[in-house]
Amino acid sequence: MSASHPRSETFPANVGAALADATLRGALARATDLFAERRASAIGAVPDWEDLREQARAVKAHTLAHLHRYLEEFTAKAEAAGARVHWARDAREACDLVAELARRAGATRLVKSKSMTTEEIGLNAALARAGTEPVETDLGEWIIQLAGETPSHIIVPAIHKTKAQIAELFVEKLAIEPTEDVEQLTATARRILREHFARADLGISGVNFGVAETGTILILENEGNVRLTTSLPRVHVAVMGIEKVIPRFADLEVFLRLLPRSGTGQHLTSYQSLLTGPEPEGGEGPRELHLVLLDNGRSELLREPVMRQTLACIRCGACLNACPVYRAIGGHAYGSVYPGPIGAIFTPQIFGAERAAHLPFASSLCGACRDVCPVKIDIPNVLLELRARLVAGERIGRETPARRSGALERLGWKLWSWSCSGPRRFALAAGLARVASRIGLLERIAPPLRAWGRTRVVPEIARRSFREEWRERGA
Amino acid sequence: MKRRVSLFVTCLVDQLRPEVGRAAVAVLEKAGCTVEFDARQTCCGQPAFNCGFRAEARLVARHFVDVFERAECVVVPSGSCTAMIHRLPELFSGDEHLRARAERVAQRTHELSSFLVRELGLGDLGARFSGRVAWHHACHGLRELGLGVPRGLLDHVRDLELVEPPLSDACCGFGGTFSASYPELSTAMLDPKLDRLEEARVDAVTALDASCLMQIGTRLARRGSRIRALHLAEILAS
Repeated sequence: MSASHPRSETFPANVGAALADATLRGALARATDLFAERRASAIGAVPDWEDLREQARAVKAHTLAHLHRYLEEFTAKAEAAGARVHWARDAREACDLVAELARRAGATRLVKSKSMTTEEIGLNAALARAGTEPVETDLGEWIIQLAGETPSHIIVPAIHKTKAQIAELFVEKLAIEPTEDVEQLTATARRILREHFARADLGISGVNFGVAETGTILILENEGNVRLTTSLPRVHVAVMGIEKVIPRFADLEVFLRLLPRSGTGQHLTSYQSLLTGPEPEGGEGPRELHLVLLDNGRSELLREPVMRQTLACIRCGACLNACPVYRAIGGHAYGSVYPGPIGAIFTPQIFGAERAAHLPFASSLCGACRDVCPVKIDIPNVLLELRARLVAGERIGRETPARRSGALERLGWKLWSWSCSGPRRFALAAGLARVASRIGLLERIAPPLRAWGRTRVVPEIARRSFREEWRERGA
Repeated sequence: MKRRVSLFVTCLVDQLRPEVGRAAVAVLEKAGCTVEFDARQTCCGQPAFNCGFRAEARLVARHFVDVFERAECVVVPSGSCTAMIHRLPELFSGDEHLRARAERVAQRTHELSSFLVRELGLGDLGARFSGRVAWHHACHGLRELGLGVPRGLLDHVRDLELVEPPLSDACCGFGGTFSASYPELSTAMLDPKLDRLEEARVDAVTALDASCLMQIGTRLARRGSRIRALHLAEILAS
């Protein structure tokens, strides 16, 4: 990621910049509204939606509680089918593995389909350093790659861009005649990407689900670029987070009904690629299939059920579209490849709690994310748990962050809890606050009130509290 | 026999919006209840809990349990505080005795509108309020307690026209200290909702929570709007 991209550490400043960007906010409002509407109408037609969610939650909870067993089964079955399984402890190991696979295969022209896991490990940058940067073949990802940006949504990477901005980018980077005609723009992309496909000798993909029972991987898409990425080049490398495994082939049924409806509001994606091992001799597909299984801190999350549910995510993006914070600021402000509500819980646990310490606090805890989550992740509860650990400086994922709370904040809460744990103390504190409020002092000594006043009228403490009125009523 | 209820007025209403507490008492008395107010009460602990200060939250929540454990029935004019009280047992998971006491209090604690409708089976409280009124779904009432628009109550308010502009279930952006940590973001979340209220030409917006209404009301005031932000109790007491 280049220095110009916002980082999680500077989240409060990123928020200001995002809010000031009227074009971004317009694009976000239109796109998130559209996806939220499509989702609502798609799930409206499924009478047993809640049962499906519960089934999916249960399958994920069971699998994550027995992940080692299912990973062993998956590995054995995939290797029996001819795939090679590689294990990567962290991002660097995964990137090195893919680079080494490309080198050994003598591959120099790489194509890649959209995958959040490869974004997570910074694969493109690592391969670029090795001289073999892959060409992104998902339209949105390709746009982002041309622009030198990072995705701002899990399933709609270029959601922050308007049609006009994309047209401008194509004129600048591809030297085409200026046009805002969507068909012409996509035809240009198709022409150029087809040329890359025809020449490619190695294809990289992600994985939506890995079936332990059969060693099969499933990849969902709408543009046909995954199909081409995984069938034209002679080598296919699939990068898969270890949490993507599910026990049985039959389990796919419930997830296939949930994921497209939650993500894009489709009943089913246009393509579903089910791949079991490489193509046998004489076939037309790749001769080698490599599965890179990525841990990158995931196994640290398995120990406790509250945190473990973070790994149940099937990357549909519904929580982003539903989140009032994401809708206002977009994905880049989070400074993480995983933005929005799921990003706010995933990022601190995977990328480091200290650098992402702002994110769990950047939520009104409205719970809209939990409502739309197809696997029923209780995101607000995980946010609360992360807040408590950040405040206390307790272990999160692979890291034990420094206590986030400052001495003044801790003192403030100590005073608050002292004054709220007895009636006389409460009356004393309330009385002092009222006097301070009356003479305009409270706003000056209480930064939160000053902050409140930046966009709202500052509420005043009542002349007589309810308890005083009640006492007089009784008298 | 008159139902005896203990009012947990909430710290915010006690200190900032005592008129909501008065209205809650008036509504409960109209509903035939005898209202008690234990003056030892303070807060449920939610502010600290939501900020990650769990030890401090426990201290305050423990005081709440001490105050209310003998009450037959606790009524709260807030969905958010009610939801917090319902999760107090979990906060005390390390102390079985305290957890059990918190559990008893939690089971007897009701949000005001759901108490009127579900516990007392009431609809018509003889209220009159002239104007177009929009409902704001407070998140915790909607998503933690599963409370919808209290039509059974609002439909019986004379001269009140209930309108439902878009975004009525969108968060107001309050979120406790979030509203002060990120003031511009907090109001950016709210403004589209207020725009819909203006377009719908409502006279007032009402909700179950004084906290959302403080956010909505003080932003409306800053925008120079004539729309009033009123607690449901204030409408039902009118």
